[in-house]
Amino acid sequence: MTDQTLTPEERAANLKGMGCARKRVEDVRFTQGKGNYVDDIKLDGMLFGDFVRSPYAHARVVSVNKEAALALPGVIAVLTAEDLSPLGLHWMPTLAGDKQMVLADGKVLFQGQEVAYVVAEDRYVAADAVELVEVEYEELPVITDPFESLKSDVVLREDLEGQTEGAHGPRKHHNHIFTWEQGDKDATESVLAEADVVAEEMIYYHRTHPCPLETCGCVASMDKVTGKLTLYGTFQAPHAIRTVVSLISGLAEHNIRVISPDIGGGFGNKVGAYAGYVCSVVASIVTGKPVKWVEDRMENLMSTAFARDYWMQGKIAATKDGKITGLWCHTTADHGGFDACADPTKFPAGFMNICTGSYDIPTAYLAVDGVYTNKAPGGVAYRCSFRVTEAAYFIERMIEVLAIKLNMDAAELRRINFIRKDQFPYQSALGWEYDSGDYHTAWDKALKAVNYEGLRAEQAQRIADFKAGKTRKLLGIGLTHFTEIVGAGPVKNCDILGLGMFDSCEIRIHPTGSAIARLGTISQGQGHATTFAQIIASEIGLPADDITLEEGDTDTAPYGLGTYGSRSTPVAGAATAMAARKIRAKAQMIAAYLLEVHDNDVEWDVDRFAVKGAPERFKTMKEIAFAAYNQAIPGLEPGLEAVSYYDPPNMTYPFGAYICVMEIDVDTGEWEVRQFYALDDCGTRINPMIIEGQVHGGVTEALAIAMGQEIAYDDMGNVKTGTLMDFFLPTAWETPNYTTDHTVTPSPHHPIGAKGVGESPNVGGVPAFSNAVHDAFRHFGLVQSHMPHDHWRIWKIANGLGMHG
Amino acid sequence: MIPAGFEYHRPGDIASAIGILQEYGDEARVIAGGHSLIPMMKLRMAEMGHLVDLQAIEELKGIEVGPDTVTLGAMVTQHELITHSGLAEAIPLIREAALQIADPQVRYMGTVGGNVANGDPGNDMPGLMQCLNASFELSGPDGNRTVAARDFYEAAYFTAREDEEILIRISIPVPGAGVGQAYQKQKRKIGDYATAAAAVMVGNGQASVAMTNLADTPIWSDEASTALAGGDVEGCVAAMLDAIDPVADNRGPVEFKKHVAAVVLRRAIDRAQSRAG
Ligand SMILES: Cc1cc2nc3c(=O)[nH]c(=O)nc-3n(C[C@H](O)[C@H](O)[C@H](O)COP(=O)(O)OP(=O)(O)OC[C@H]3O[C@@H](n4cnc5c(N)ncnc54)[C@H](O)[C@@H]3O)c2cc1C
Repeated sequence: MTDQTLTPEERAANLKGMGCARKRVEDVRFTQGKGNYVDDIKLDGMLFGDFVRSPYAHARVVSVNKEAALALPGVIAVLTAEDLSPLGLHWMPTLAGDKQMVLADGKVLFQGQEVAYVVAEDRYVAADAVELVEVEYEELPVITDPFESLKSDVVLREDLEGQTEGAHGPRKHHNHIFTWEQGDKDATESVLAEADVVAEEMIYYHRTHPCPLETCGCVASMDKVTGKLTLYGTFQAPHAIRTVVSLISGLAEHNIRVISPDIGGGFGNKVGAYAGYVCSVVASIVTGKPVKWVEDRMENLMSTAFARDYWMQGKIAATKDGKITGLWCHTTADHGGFDACADPTKFPAGFMNICTGSYDIPTAYLAVDGVYTNKAPGGVAYRCSFRVTEAAYFIERMIEVLAIKLNMDAAELRRINFIRKDQFPYQSALGWEYDSGDYHTAWDKALKAVNYEGLRAEQAQRIADFKAGKTRKLLGIGLTHFTEIVGAGPVKNCDILGLGMFDSCEIRIHPTGSAIARLGTISQGQGHATTFAQIIASEIGLPADDITLEEGDTDTAPYGLGTYGSRSTPVAGAATAMAARKIRAKAQMIAAYLLEVHDNDVEWDVDRFAVKGAPERFKTMKEIAFAAYNQAIPGLEPGLEAVSYYDPPNMTYPFGAYICVMEIDVDTGEWEVRQFYALDDCGTRINPMIIEGQVHGGVTEALAIAMGQEIAYDDMGNVKTGTLMDFFLPTAWETPNYTTDHTVTPSPHHPIGAKGVGESPNVGGVPAFSNAVHDAFRHFGLVQSHMPHDHWRIWKIANGLGMHG
Repeated sequence: MIPAGFEYHRPGDIASAIGILQEYGDEARVIAGGHSLIPMMKLRMAEMGHLVDLQAIEELKGIEVGPDTVTLGAMVTQHELITHSGLAEAIPLIREAALQIADPQVRYMGTVGGNVANGDPGNDMPGLMQCLNASFELSGPDGNRTVAARDFYEAAYFTAREDEEILIRISIPVPGAGVGQAYQKQKRKIGDYATAAAAVMVGNGQASVAMTNLADTPIWSDEASTALAGGDVEGCVAAMLDAIDPVADNRGPVEFKKHVAAVVLRRAIDRAQSRAG
């Protein structure tokens, strides 16, 4: 066999295990148009659902007349809240402990809200019928501003009237949802009072939307013979959906099979439960036929979960030399008409308390007030762990604001405040234990890579040229050092609807030495089938190419909480390694038996167990797999498989240093990213190519958010950015070149030291772009200007600073 | 995003197309590349019982480059405007503007006729055609007539074309040698309509200046053109600023648009002048 002639390094390379830039196995089907998305599912006799949606942001629903719609040939039913209420399904629980109307129950609270659900034999007929449903509305005063909402007499949620206690404690006003406090208020206030310097600023992270290329949808198929409901859908958490469907429909959980087929991007948009799912399930149960519902782009942007909309009032205190002594933050969080955030239950503002960032800030205080307005519900983690982009943006802006106040270089200000390598594990003032980090090394590497000094010199020259009338372009240098918190999470404090946030992996080795692994997560573009096979390959010595990965079918996959918040590698990846190790432990016993030595006398060597001191005597994993199925081994059960449910002891804390160099035309507000450098430290790197791809995609989404992407409303609560003409989704044309780089600081508590990377680029990217814009104007007096930095808003900064003569 | 039902017609010549329009009146509408009309139908902002597809009418196709005049069939695609080498030589401005429209996918389908007939103030070709002093040949139940591009646009989506007329051809005088041309467009991203765009010709003591998406029609200004012909750039800009009437939208407030209009115009003039011989 070639085995004897290959070096251990060569054998390891053949496995394509961890560290290998293995090509994505998923791409074979995706690049050939052979993916299988929910809208590709076509079942016999399938019906189609479509929504009548509210044109108003706040109105009473006086009446719904279905007659004309029902008279249209091919229309099967028109459902309203009245039809659902006998089943108790006209409202549904949200992940945030609130409840949400499935169909308008007496009133609507946001434009695009679901009012009636039409079921028809044909997708086109369904759309025509939607036009024929006559709804009479009586308009009510609209509130789109959370600050105004807290002062207004207008009661948005009449169903909650008189309830002074919400899911997360006392409610201060009829439009108030919760207050969440972390840290030491009194201590922070006294630090602020005594500080040499305090910088104060309102940092707004505008409302945007995850906007996955594939919108949300499902096919519900009730088999009246077997009593089994199969629900195909764009679910980032298929098991959680199964449990929720069981709880709200009363169907036994074993009679529900949830399948997430290929998913065309999720970014948090596909975590929650939507009216479309409930109505499709009801329609399928009632008709006994499969019912498909797939929203269109405008429905997706208007009604399914948005992201951000955080008004963060900040105060940061420091000595005159720039040592930060305290951080204070009060956030007003606009949650829209219902609180449908997707956060772990005990964290109504997610992990916003990571807002001390990469800095050793001894004293801090955070309060978040959740508020109802007449906007769509959501507040999901758009390519980030729960509210971590908000936190990172907040602190990375506050650092810049402080640097201005201190008249200091912002790179240096960061450096002198970083948590030092020897301080890890580090207890933050707002309650987290950072697992590992080496921020100074990353920072120095980044600054050197971009020639930071040189850039500042060039900027100084540019400013002089501008002032001399030689140029109309400014140069901005956007700095960011971010720390994420991902991998939710330890069951002791992380759950969603009472479901602990562990995750799982089951591995079965086949007799011929190939394998299948199933996980509780679900890929939406992250490349799980590629990377998780690599973890197994390295752990048990079978080639990654011989390992099939399967996710998303609740009848076959072990229970897990799904994929969002960069949790797949930190949690399910750990479960994968642990399950593999169980297999290796059994394999060791089999090998020892076959080699006729004691278990302790064999040692692991890449893809085999060899007798200690006699490496020529070995059994490869392939041979061991075969033996597991064809030999009676005393004291061992036949077969070779294992399952692991992994409850992580802590979160992981990926970090990175991003630098953006931007040219800005002060006369038109146009910008151009000249250079973007992204250094990521995600601990152990499983597949460098996938990491690079994730960084490219994430930075591009960050570019979109920072530079133009928003869900904007007018005063009447109309969505102004409901199509891709106005909602900025960058194409290859707008996407700059990126330079990626890395350092490696493994997580000490994760079995393979990996931390997760999918969301880092969004977390770090947004402040890098925004800081570049701010930095360009810093020397002309700008302190803070809200995103998105589209042409007219950049122009407005220049105009406000008197740069247009 | 699903249109209402309609009947589909695919006539093979202009006369039959006009016949169908006459038969169904305002129930019928011609469709060219469909890249303005179909989105409107999907939004159910345009609903019609009969769509008359012009794709099969050969007479509407083809580019002819003569010594004095360029003729574009209404069904010439925007892609063809970019790839036709004779056209680029005769009137480089057309190619430069076409490259600023939408994206390649849209340009493969979208036609020059649809772009100028549509009447959307966001379309780039109407302003371009006004700058070039093109004329549009319309064919209707009573025969053919010609309308100058500068007289064609009445208000957003309202043009001099009667419901039963079809735009069949566009004729453009070839600018003399030595005339510098430039199309300058500011947009938020690829595939976006203009925040402001300017088409400029200057040289041989003459000039022509038109702007796009700054009023409910394209704006060609005689005064601005005359000022520029006389070498008065600031007079040209001032006259144009007087003529435009932008509205606030997602691209920005009025103040911004006016400022950008002036900047874009100055840059277009600069480039056109640098190309004048
Ligand atoms: C994403 C996107 C971005 C775009 N960006 C731009 C842009 O930046 N700049 C720009 O200028 N355009 C843009 N467009 C519009 C595009 O150029 C269209 O193709 C063009 O406006 C219409 O041409 P069409 O051939 O597609 O016409 P259609 O959509 O078929 O027709 C448009 C209208 O013109 C009428 N019509 C068409 N042909 C004739 C005729 N021969 N006689 C009489 N009436 C006729 C139709 O009845 C209809 O009312 C964009 C379109 C899309 C989808």
